[in-house]
Amino acid sequence: MSDLQAFRQQTRDWLEENCPPSMREPVKGGESMCWGGRNFTFESKEQQQWMERMGAKGWTAPDWPTEYGGGGLNKAEHKILREEMSRLNARSPLDSFGIWMIGPALLKFGSEALKQQHLPPIVRGEIRWCQGYSEPGAGSDLAGLQSKGEDRGDHFIANGQKVWTSYGDKADWMFCLLRTDSEAKKQMGISLVLFDMLTPGVTPKPIKLISGSSPFCETFLDDVRVEKDQVVGEVNQGWTIAKYLLTHEREMIGGMGMTDGGAETLSQTAVRVMGVEQGRMNNPILRAEVAKWEIDGACFGLTAERVTDEVKAGSGVGATSAMLKYYGTELNKRRFETLLKIQGSDGMVWDGEAANNGWLPRTWLRTKGNSIEGGTSEVQLNVIAKNILGLG
Amino acid sequence: MALVLDEEQQMLKESAEGFLAEFAPLGELRKQRDAGSQTGYADNLWRQMADMGWAAILVPEEYGGLEFGHVGMGQIVEQTGRTLTASPLFATAVLGVTAINTAGSEAQKTELLGAIASGEITTALAVDEKIHHAPTQISMTADKQGGGYVLNGAKRFVADGSTADKLIVAARTAGEAGDMNGISLFVVDRTASGVEVERTEMTDTRNYANISFNNVEVAEVALLGEEGKGFKALNATLDAGNIYLAAELLGIAQETFDVTLQYLKERKQFGVLIGSFQALQHRAAHWWSEVELCKSVVLKALQAMDEGDKKSPALASIAKAKLCEVAELATNEAIQMHAGIGMTDEYDIGFFIKRARSAQIMFGDNSYHTDRFALLSGY
Repeated sequence: MSDLQAFRQQTRDWLEENCPPSMREPVKGGESMCWGGRNFTFESKEQQQWMERMGAKGWTAPDWPTEYGGGGLNKAEHKILREEMSRLNARSPLDSFGIWMIGPALLKFGSEALKQQHLPPIVRGEIRWCQGYSEPGAGSDLAGLQSKGEDRGDHFIANGQKVWTSYGDKADWMFCLLRTDSEAKKQMGISLVLFDMLTPGVTPKPIKLISGSSPFCETFLDDVRVEKDQVVGEVNQGWTIAKYLLTHEREMIGGMGMTDGGAETLSQTAVRVMGVEQGRMNNPILRAEVAKWEIDGACFGLTAERVTDEVKAGSGVGATSAMLKYYGTELNKRRFETLLKIQGSDGMVWDGEAANNGWLPRTWLRTKGNSIEGGTSEVQLNVIAKNILGLG
Repeated sequence: MALVLDEEQQMLKESAEGFLAEFAPLGELRKQRDAGSQTGYADNLWRQMADMGWAAILVPEEYGGLEFGHVGMGQIVEQTGRTLTASPLFATAVLGVTAINTAGSEAQKTELLGAIASGEITTALAVDEKIHHAPTQISMTADKQGGGYVLNGAKRFVADGSTADKLIVAARTAGEAGDMNGISLFVVDRTASGVEVERTEMTDTRNYANISFNNVEVAEVALLGEEGKGFKALNATLDAGNIYLAAELLGIAQETFDVTLQYLKERKQFGVLIGSFQALQHRAAHWWSEVELCKSVVLKALQAMDEGDKKSPALASIAKAKLCEVAELATNEAIQMHAGIGMTDEYDIGFFIKRARSAQIMFGDNSYHTDRFALLSGY
């Protein structure tokens, strides 16, 4: 038996033994995702067990180095783990901005001390992170941010206001962009810093969205002490890291929502609700809309695959994250508009058990933010035009 | 399989690019058109292509071919979309080879595939009878008489129909229009008695024909595959055809994009380059994104054929539907962004929209393949 076959067998056995039965069922909407952190209320004991067992093995961050708590898996092993997990329909043990965003940035730009301090708790799901990027006056024009970090020798004193902080009221630590040199040119003079949300002067306030939920906060910073050893990379050189992180975020948002983890496809929902007569779905206009979406969805999925394969083969053009973000979020918005048409008046039911607590209209409204957060579609088109097409 | 070209496929793509740029650039199409060419292509061009082995790429080695595979052939066809090169490559080396290789007997394969591979004969596929692609609606008849068959009916929009040596004809030996059963394929000499070929002048100035069959007698050996069971092979041939048309449309979408992007960087109005206008930048960026999706689906569909993937029919319809949509966008945007000059015959960009629409319509347009994809998906 080859090493990989042995690894597959061990992985399969371990998952069989350690993945609790309820963690092999599809996620029911956003509420049953596992975010971890100091304040997290687990949906069930099994959800907690699943996160802790996977975290202890480092398999919440399978490709991170073992010295920082990660799984240390190579690409082939990582793929096997993914395959074996999907064979069981195993849920993601931990959804985490730590794993998706600040972790990769620390691995690439962080000091040894910062990696040792922050990465292992991320892997174990002990610390939940949030992102302090946008400000009321700095949305699409992120580099125009004004929150200041005043140099006080071994620390900064931060003042300002952040907005669109995802789960800011539930997170334990923030990675945050501060202007630490107000004399320098716009993109210069920005630092990426880390601080505990319990630091005096940090006040997150939830923002209620059109979907009725509050996944975002505005976060006020009043004389917040930030230690100098919590600067990622060099002081005043944070913009490069910020851009790297934005790329990660774009990829994440672009790939989201294409499937609902084992839930129905668009056409399956359409067929269930609309019915089929003589092989064709009732309502030819809606049928065409569904089919056109599925064709575009298939082409987009293949493109995400091709971009990954090209990177592996070293032949990619790069900078495609803007395209994936642009196209993926626009597709997701289209999907929910079509779902709404399929569900008719049912799609407008806002509350109640029968309507899954208004999952559809609320999620539909939430998707409107997909093409805004992480850089609007228009900003992505600007990035493509400028960086890829060379249009000035 | 990873969605990237391997080294040999990449080399073939580059050699096709070089060859076509030198021997069959877009100017060649203009020359053929202006000269009123009856074939739409130069004979010596096809000779050169065959000498390079392009006619043999899809032919199995045992019948004298190269068996290089669809991904490789797809790269060549994509390049012919960039240069709008007319040749028998599609009708003969793709459609002819696929039909014969899928349905033919050992003897037919040995005889016909070998002759195709060496460039000795060309073929044409005669399917449609009405103005819209509808392979199940075939009503042309083939009646069993004596030791052979008698063919009666009419075909239209037959690519290379006026020049091909052999016509591969779909006709009914049983059933009626609408039935999948009862369709049979025949190999018929274009010059056989009772075959009446009318060359049609089409928008893309390529070589098409309407063909009538009036009591055309063929021997039993003309039957390609089993009597009444030709639909499966026909379908496989049409899937291949549509995937290659998608590859050609991908070439068109890319070439029009590249030419237009260059124009945006040269043309000045109001004292600045028009490429500095955000209204045009966003449209160009969207167009580029759509082309990226097209590259992925065409490559996947070609790979699926090489692997004998059972999703090939669905992928053929996905690829053709998507490429019809994007080729339409590309050719329209190309003219609009070139503005006045894009409307002139002197400028090349107009050739692309003419070829694109013909390629879109052949074997089913966007609406046909969107419908077919939905049917294949169970709705």
